[in-house]
Amino acid sequence: MTSPSLPPILKTSHLLGIEGLSVPEVTGLLDLGESYVAQSRAANKKAALLKGRTLINLFFEASTRTQSSFELAGKRLGADVLNMSVKTSSVSKGETLIDTASTLNAMRPDILVVRHQDSGAAELLSRKLDCSVINAGDGAHEHPTQALLDALTIRRRLGRIEGLTVAICGDILHSRVARSNIRLLAMLGAQVRLIAPRTLLPCEAERFGVEIFTDMKQGLAGVDIVMMLRLQLERMTGAFVPSTREYFRFYGLDREKLRHAKPGVLVMHPGPMNRGVEIASDIADDLEVSVIAEQVEMGVAIRMAVLDALARGMT
Amino acid sequence: MTAPNGKTGRLAFRNARLIEPASGLDIKGGLLVENGRIADIGPRLFNDAEPRDPEIIDCRGLVLTPGLIDCRVFTGEPGSEHRESLASASEAAAAGGVTTIVTMPNTNPVIDEPSLVDFIRRRAQATAKVNVAPMAALTQRLAGETMTEIGLLKEAGAVAFTDGDRTVANARVMRRALSYAATFDALVVGHAEDPELVEGAATTESEFATRLGLPAGPALAEAIIVERDIRLVELTGARYHFGQISTRAALDAIAAAKQRGLPITCGVSAHHLLLNELDVGAYYTFRKVKPPLRAEADRAAMVEGVANGTIDVIVSSHEPQGADTKRQTFASAAFGAVGLETLLPAALSLHHNGEAQLIRILAALTTAPAKLLGLPAGSLTKGAAADLTLIDIEEPFAVDERALHSRARNTAFEGRKFQGRAHMTFVGGECVYSAPLSPPRGQAR
Repeated sequence: MTSPSLPPILKTSHLLGIEGLSVPEVTGLLDLGESYVAQSRAANKKAALLKGRTLINLFFEASTRTQSSFELAGKRLGADVLNMSVKTSSVSKGETLIDTASTLNAMRPDILVVRHQDSGAAELLSRKLDCSVINAGDGAHEHPTQALLDALTIRRRLGRIEGLTVAICGDILHSRVARSNIRLLAMLGAQVRLIAPRTLLPCEAERFGVEIFTDMKQGLAGVDIVMMLRLQLERMTGAFVPSTREYFRFYGLDREKLRHAKPGVLVMHPGPMNRGVEIASDIADDLEVSVIAEQVEMGVAIRMAVLDALARGMT
Repeated sequence: MTAPNGKTGRLAFRNARLIEPASGLDIKGGLLVENGRIADIGPRLFNDAEPRDPEIIDCRGLVLTPGLIDCRVFTGEPGSEHRESLASASEAAAAGGVTTIVTMPNTNPVIDEPSLVDFIRRRAQATAKVNVAPMAALTQRLAGETMTEIGLLKEAGAVAFTDGDRTVANARVMRRALSYAATFDALVVGHAEDPELVEGAATTESEFATRLGLPAGPALAEAIIVERDIRLVELTGARYHFGQISTRAALDAIAAAKQRGLPITCGVSAHHLLLNELDVGAYYTFRKVKPPLRAEADRAAMVEGVANGTIDVIVSSHEPQGADTKRQTFASAAFGAVGLETLLPAALSLHHNGEAQLIRILAALTTAPAKLLGLPAGSLTKGAAADLTLIDIEEPFAVDERALHSRARNTAFEGRKFQGRAHMTFVGGECVYSAPLSPPRGQAR
């Protein structure tokens, strides 16, 4: 089932982060993702590329969106998909991550998709397992498929990424989405800006080669893309931000602030959104500017591309 | 002398000694006020030709300076109006030559909501004789746990953020509050006393406290927090002002921090400039203040700090208390003393003692606080609001609590002989206080 005629795209057998990927690898994945958009829109969405392969979704953090996206991607490529629910597994009975890994390894999966609350979890599993590991989000470290799907969304809308100015706004401190996007966008030649109150900016953020703004209007001036980040409920009640109303007033995306961006600006959000906290409802629902629904569609396509690319390296 | 009225909108001061600390100006001359603003100033103004219509005040060589700004005023409004209202505090301020009071947020309720900042501003506009610049709480309910809505409070008109006489004990909370404040370029005013070290303390630890048998806390409780907050400022970049310090150790730490270019400033109260721990005497509760009066060496360090500029501002730390809170044993009595009316005389004593230059003292009462809080005050330049204080720096008098204008009378300086006081006070060109200009010399009032 592995077609020897298909050229390899990834040099490694895992996708642990954007860090370490080369520009050809990324553009290869984006090009491949493009072709899967067409397949996903066709009446027959199914291919046999991964027939006989087993994909395990191991999600230590709940995520309807990412988990179902990987599940669909696997099924559309013909793989057998198993969703491991951590709640009912032995992990919640105190098993260590490495013991879980050896148990899973004995089941001989081909691809493990893992989401974990701790940074480095995917990397740890990749060292202990014989299969390919895809990082579906580890702590505040990386979420590579999110960055890839964002890049695919932008590229399809604006035709390019190089030379664009992208503002990433909100809880940068805790965000793996921000970290992966910063790496990917910079790699592809975009100018990246971070907009957040200082309490939500990580230490030495400027070392990523980004511009930092604490004033949202200044930060949005002339940008092509606005990426909003989700603010977790427990972080807006005083520890990092005093209240949701203050957050919305200064860092929520509304019409007034968006006016400072370039005409034709696109608004993105990795979901799930907090309406009235980080984004005003009328913007989220405005199809002229919001590409949030499109991001979800690109998510399935790019995950099919990643599964395809990893399968090409399998023997 | 009757108060000049503002009917014509013009008011002329002639024969004044004009001192403006911002520019180092100290000249004989005149000043013209038009429609509440300074219209002209100069050495020869009104020397020969006098302007036709304005009311003329012959200053007889007295000092005319920008109105004083007191950065640390506790009032009882809202919640404890029986001790002091904004109106009564403003009466005391006007009598003390103070044209702007910066109010503390530890009222009841605590000023930790934008609507409450608005309340203070409206009440002040309706009832107070002087300008009122409200500070808001740094943490909700002053509990030291959750930061306030600094952005919205600043928009509502809060000039700085402080938990009053409480120290935010938790360094993580303080770090985030400072970091968040820096986002809005907001000024944080801290109180430096480690709350655990001074738990239950009524005075500073010393031989004297031991002899009195009073519960006492170590003076280093101040330096510990000063050192901590200097590090946190270095980490976060926040603008930080120590509301009042009282020890040599704190002064040295702040001097070093300033040397390193950190955005740090500090203040001292008149009490800590003039009184030391021994002044507690026989359990005199009106001298129970927070932080407590310190050793003589620390008091001398405070004077030195004002003289060399390490200490930026002098405050009254005006804290009205009633009989209910002060007629108690020393350990049970509340902290605080009124000070709006003794701020200027107390500060001037440093000049009379030859301990600090007059212009430096006036800077700490006018220009420095204005700059610190971003207030459009503290200067004698054309176009500036005519907030002015006419000072007789020589006139001797003794403090008499019965003559105080504030509702509370808990002065720590009862009977103290001072030299120099405000004679007239103007807010926006309007006279809000005036005392007889030529009292017989040497007679205590």
